[in-house]
Amino acid sequence: MTLRRIAKRLLVNGEEHEVSFLPHRTLLEVLREDMALTGTKHGCELGECGTCTVLLDGEPVLSCLVLARECEGREIETVEGLAGASGPHPLQHRFAELNAAQCGYCTPGMLMTAMSVLRKTPAPDRETLRRELAGNLCRCTGYLKIYEAIEMAAEDLQDG
Amino acid sequence: MGDYRIIGRKQTKVDGLAKSLGATKYADDLFLPRMLHVKLLRADVAHARVVSIDVSAAAAMPGVHATLVGSELPEKFGILPVSQDEHTLCPDTVRFVGDPVAAVAAVDEDTAFEAIQAIRVEYEPLPAVFDPAVAMRNDVPALHDYGDDGNVHKRVSMEFGDVDGALAGADLVLDDTVFFQGNTHLAMEQHATLANPEPDGRLTVWSSTQTPHYLHKAMSKVLGLKPARIRIIACPNGGGFGGKSDPFNHELAVAALALKTGRPCKICLTREEVFYCHRGRHPVLMNSRMGLNKDGSITGLHFQSLLDGGAYGSYGVASTYYTGALQTVTYRVPVYRFDGVRTFTNKPPCGPKRGHGTVQPRFALEIQMDKAAHALGLDPAAFRLANLQPPDSVTANWLKIRTMGLRKCTEKVIEASGWNDRYGKLPRGHGLGLACSSYITGAGLPIYWNRMPHSGVQLKLDRGGGVTAFCGATDIGQGSDTVLAACVAEILGIELLDVHVCVSDTTLTPVDLGSYSSRVTLMMGNAAIQAAERARDLLADAAAEKLEVPKGRLVFADNTVLDSEDPERSMSFQQAIVFAEAKFGTIGTVGSYTPPKTPGRYRGAGVGPTPTYSYSACVVELHADEDTGRVDVDRIWIAHDIGQAINHYLAIGQVEGGVYMGLGEALMEEMAYRPRRAGVHKIPSMLEYKSPTTMEMPPVETFLIEDPDPEGPFGAKEAGQGPLLPVMPAVANAVFDALGVRVDQCPITPELIVQAMENPDKRSGPKSYPDLRIEKPVRVKTAEEGGDGYEVDQVRKKKQLARERRTDEQKTTQ
Repeated sequence: MTLRRIAKRLLVNGEEHEVSFLPHRTLLEVLREDMALTGTKHGCELGECGTCTVLLDGEPVLSCLVLARECEGREIETVEGLAGASGPHPLQHRFAELNAAQCGYCTPGMLMTAMSVLRKTPAPDRETLRRELAGNLCRCTGYLKIYEAIEMAAEDLQDG
Repeated sequence: MGDYRIIGRKQTKVDGLAKSLGATKYADDLFLPRMLHVKLLRADVAHARVVSIDVSAAAAMPGVHATLVGSELPEKFGILPVSQDEHTLCPDTVRFVGDPVAAVAAVDEDTAFEAIQAIRVEYEPLPAVFDPAVAMRNDVPALHDYGDDGNVHKRVSMEFGDVDGALAGADLVLDDTVFFQGNTHLAMEQHATLANPEPDGRLTVWSSTQTPHYLHKAMSKVLGLKPARIRIIACPNGGGFGGKSDPFNHELAVAALALKTGRPCKICLTREEVFYCHRGRHPVLMNSRMGLNKDGSITGLHFQSLLDGGAYGSYGVASTYYTGALQTVTYRVPVYRFDGVRTFTNKPPCGPKRGHGTVQPRFALEIQMDKAAHALGLDPAAFRLANLQPPDSVTANWLKIRTMGLRKCTEKVIEASGWNDRYGKLPRGHGLGLACSSYITGAGLPIYWNRMPHSGVQLKLDRGGGVTAFCGATDIGQGSDTVLAACVAEILGIELLDVHVCVSDTTLTPVDLGSYSSRVTLMMGNAAIQAAERARDLLADAAAEKLEVPKGRLVFADNTVLDSEDPERSMSFQQAIVFAEAKFGTIGTVGSYTPPKTPGRYRGAGVGPTPTYSYSACVVELHADEDTGRVDVDRIWIAHDIGQAINHYLAIGQVEGGVYMGLGEALMEEMAYRPRRAGVHKIPSMLEYKSPTTMEMPPVETFLIEDPDPEGPFGAKEAGQGPLLPVMPAVANAVFDALGVRVDQCPITPELIVQAMENPDKRSGPKSYPDLRIEKPVRVKTAEEGGDGYEVDQVRKKKQLARERRTDEQKTTQ
């Protein structure tokens, strides 16, 4: 059985890329293996751990459960797109500072979920964060420094 | 506390931004041109003889470059020299569902996956055993041809003083049987390895391993390649917790296939495979008999443990000893006996997980301490405080205690939780529980016997003012890169970012034994300090000459070398390097660390000693529903005796992370198998193997107790493992306070709570303890009895003395 690659235009972090890949490839695989965007990690490849979270049209999705071919014309955001010309995003600064990224493996997924939370809720309370982050497992931190980092980043963003 | 610029402060860790930017390269993030992908075929039977393996169909598939079977790599390996019982791929026998039998290298993962399914293996089934008590029976066929007898991998028995006498003379003897179920590390990163055959015949391997040095040794042995031709690079681990401390089949198979194909080969295990690799917490059935006097003192302790080891040795011999080692370092136990047995069963091998072997007995001991206090009509906190093992002492089993912060830890959590006003007084269904614990700050002995340092650090000073610190230690998320930079920067008076860390590369870095046993901060830290002090000395020589200031007056701070009495006389750190290089030539130094000798000289004395013990105390507040057995933890207070925090953020992170992982073990995590279905794992997925999400994690109030220990770098002790230990028993004790029932089993599930509510004795847990068939313990007199740390048996003692004399002589003649 020989499968043929398909060519698609993917909009990743504001840049359009023409990528060819096998039709059954997941967004996770295409990002990491066909586009060398290895910032997005994976912990199960079965939609269970939240590690591979990216934003698709602004909504957090598990990239291991999304077929890349379905993403044409849609806006894909990964951890590589968080930092801007002025440097890392406040979320990234605060995660680094507070040791909210211990082994750092769940961090890209956490950051993308946090990003979507902050866009919807600029000043989230602890309960909102608990609920919104419930799909992202972390085995190092116990989540506590992750909450604090997001809360401090929210303040940074509001202070401008 | 010392007056430090970097140590103990809130410093952003050196790899923090790289991790937050997604820039850190873990093993599976590496791709090489012409790289092939490897998959392993794993046994789907629990125990069988491999009659034949036919790889021809797989080998003929388009895109398949090579296959590999066990007979091609006959050399065995294993983490411990005494348990070399694993093959890269099983050549003749498979011992658990998941044991690998063949491997394929193909152009991509899909092709490799299809190819392994085309491999035909004929098995001749052998009887399988899943219960350690059954495995011990003489009529059950043995999994291995080594061990103490049959399926008993290791049988240990030692007695320090007259325990039977102490129990017979006690006013009260508690006899408790407790079970701690196995659980796993569940690091977020799936194990991955990439091997590259270099053009000159050497081999480079990148892997998610906590122990590159031990992998280096195993790979050399199995591949028959000189260590000098193999370079192991441990990538930053996406979590370890002990789960990446063994050399693994897949690491060796990938390396062999890289050599066979002449192309880079990579594997990334599926999550299901990670569950079957395991090496996590042993299921342990325990019996503890504690003698007590009416005044609240402990007269003696007899502790027994039966470990379900799974199919291979792994760290199991050490794990067995650890289930009996640290009972004596928290409370004063004047006489002590330990009997332990580890058996082989046809399940994934168990090994070290955070707290290695000491977690299960701590659970049993702290529940028993709680019961003892209640039996004597004493407050559990006051009872513990009255029995603390003193600092600067030697325990019954000859462990040397140095600083001991458990009093301060306990007092802190008692105060913070309002214990004295609230314990035993909360409304029904609400409870408080206390537990204390201790852990080693690095194993006192290496895994293979040698007299070399446990950690080495090398510094290279650059004319541009930068310092490169080389060390074999691996950052598994605990922050060892930052600790290395901090120790060097503090001594040399430079900033963290002026220290470039180059770590965990067997070609470039001096050996550090690995990121296990909570050893890295203390051992690497001391080595780093020594190397940095030697560099500072060279720089000071040159600077003193140039500044015409006595060397002893020079201070290194803020990237400057200056005269403490006349700060105007100064030069930059970079200038000092330039002058030193002109004076001495290229500037580089080394430092190394070897732990102090332990006073225990008996057989088995090698497991338990450490440069210094950390201590923790924890209070858990929870509410429990007596009808459904559901437990919700409301709040946790924990105090940890860390000696001296090297980095405040990292230390807090380790404590909170330990509490989190402990809570998962306490309430939900368990490795469960189906004995009637070949021992397959019931729940080998992250969805069904329950671990705490944000919804289960309560607020945690952490207190660092700082009392610098003379053995630690700047006084530091470990924080990575110890704070996990008190959480599970504190939960059990809080359930008792809430509902008046005892759950003598971990995890403390709703079913067990409901069972305990319904049982007349208000208890759930194991009913009986099997006979371990111990014939004669090793007898050692305690220090109080005038012992010398040797076994009472004179013949053995003389042999030991002679052996030590010989090795000392060898050492002096080398």
